[in-house]
Amino acid sequence: MTRRGIRRWYLVHKWTSLICTAFMLMLCVSGLPLIFEHELDHLLGYEAPLETVAPGTPTPSLDSIIAEVRASRPGEVMQYLYFEEDRPIVTAATAASVESPPEEVHLQPVDLRTGAFLPVRPLRIGIIDFFYTMHESMFVGLYGTFFLGAMGVLLLLAIVSGIVVYAPFMRRLDFGTIRRGRSKRLRWLDIHNLTGIAITAWLVVVGATGVFNTLDAPLAAQWRAGQLAEMTAPYRDAPPLRRLGSVDAAVATARRASPDMDVSLIMFPGTYFAPPHHYNVFMRGRTPVTSRLIKPTLVDAETAALTDTRDMPLHIRALFLSRPLHFGDYGGLPLKIVWALLDILAIVVLASGIYLWLGRRGAALDRRVEELVAGGTMPEPEPAR
Amino acid sequence: MSGPARDTRPRPATRIFAIPLLLALASGVGLVAALLVDGPLDLLWSLAVATPLLAVARAARRRSA
Repeated sequence: MTRRGIRRWYLVHKWTSLICTAFMLMLCVSGLPLIFEHELDHLLGYEAPLETVAPGTPTPSLDSIIAEVRASRPGEVMQYLYFEEDRPIVTAATAASVESPPEEVHLQPVDLRTGAFLPVRPLRIGIIDFFYTMHESMFVGLYGTFFLGAMGVLLLLAIVSGIVVYAPFMRRLDFGTIRRGRSKRLRWLDIHNLTGIAITAWLVVVGATGVFNTLDAPLAAQWRAGQLAEMTAPYRDAPPLRRLGSVDAAVATARRASPDMDVSLIMFPGTYFAPPHHYNVFMRGRTPVTSRLIKPTLVDAETAALTDTRDMPLHIRALFLSRPLHFGDYGGLPLKIVWALLDILAIVVLASGIYLWLGRRGAALDRRVEELVAGGTMPEPEPAR
Repeated sequence: MSGPARDTRPRPATRIFAIPLLLALASGVGLVAALLVDGPLDLLWSLAVATPLLAVARAARRRSA
């Protein structure tokens, strides 16, 4: 590569990194406890313990559970039922209206085997919630989410340009070289290069899936206006719903339509993801991959007849599959520990980048480019005092 | 005080990127395989994802260049 090319890539690496580093540091630090969110929930006692149930105990119907929940929240309507994947628990969400925003929804976990109400998990649980909101939107809603997505794009550019400038720098050095006997700056430059190139694949995966995840809300809105609207087209001019039919019957219909899947979520008519005349029963698969995907099944809320069921579009399925690759929550505790250690290495890359920039702010650009061109073997100048 | 790396002849890109590519491949395989397969092999895939950590740890333990 020509000196001019190296200079150009160096500037791309410098500026993309400088702009996004502070935000990436925040994301790495706030993401660290989120890797262990499930374990922390358990540790802090937010995961309701399940009692032992005697064999033969009659299982309550979903309709009876719904009746009990509604009786406990007079004046409220059902918004949705969410079924946990690993435990026999359904969480019933009620609110003043089917259109009430999430912060006004009341959640009631119920034991599916007995119908017993379980302790309500608070929506706001201190430090974890703080880290979650910080990580997702920096407390400024969708604009914050999009901004972090843009920072993620810069991170990806910084990685690509970092790989490009790694090549000339390492032309005369072995992989993993850390020159301890020379200046502190040179040692940190070697550490920055080593850790950066070593975790590149992981960083690209986490960065790219993170950017993709920031598009969650617009993609959901686009799916709702597209495929979902298409599925309910025959009901466009139908008269208003007269009564809500049985949820158990709707579930039976959805199970017949997708016999190799389980119920994940039931949205009630008129809520954000269900049209006014239908239960939208979202089914999930049983394999490690298909359990991450959901399939909408529209069931007539009065008659329990199947209206339509379709696989979601490819880009929405890709979004669902990108989530575990961002959070690292799919390979048990060993993978979570590895994820956390890689996250710490990412913090080292970012922090060493800042250190290197602060240490060479006064140096001419040509000298820094020369350092790369010389293949990392250029003598270090005496530090200014 | 130690000097620069012993062999200072310029290396081709294939050699510069050989180990980083292997690390990326191992991580990539581990990341995808852990998603596709559940069970006892999870530990193996976690180790594959951890290869960059092992490479960094090895370099950190090595004597100064």
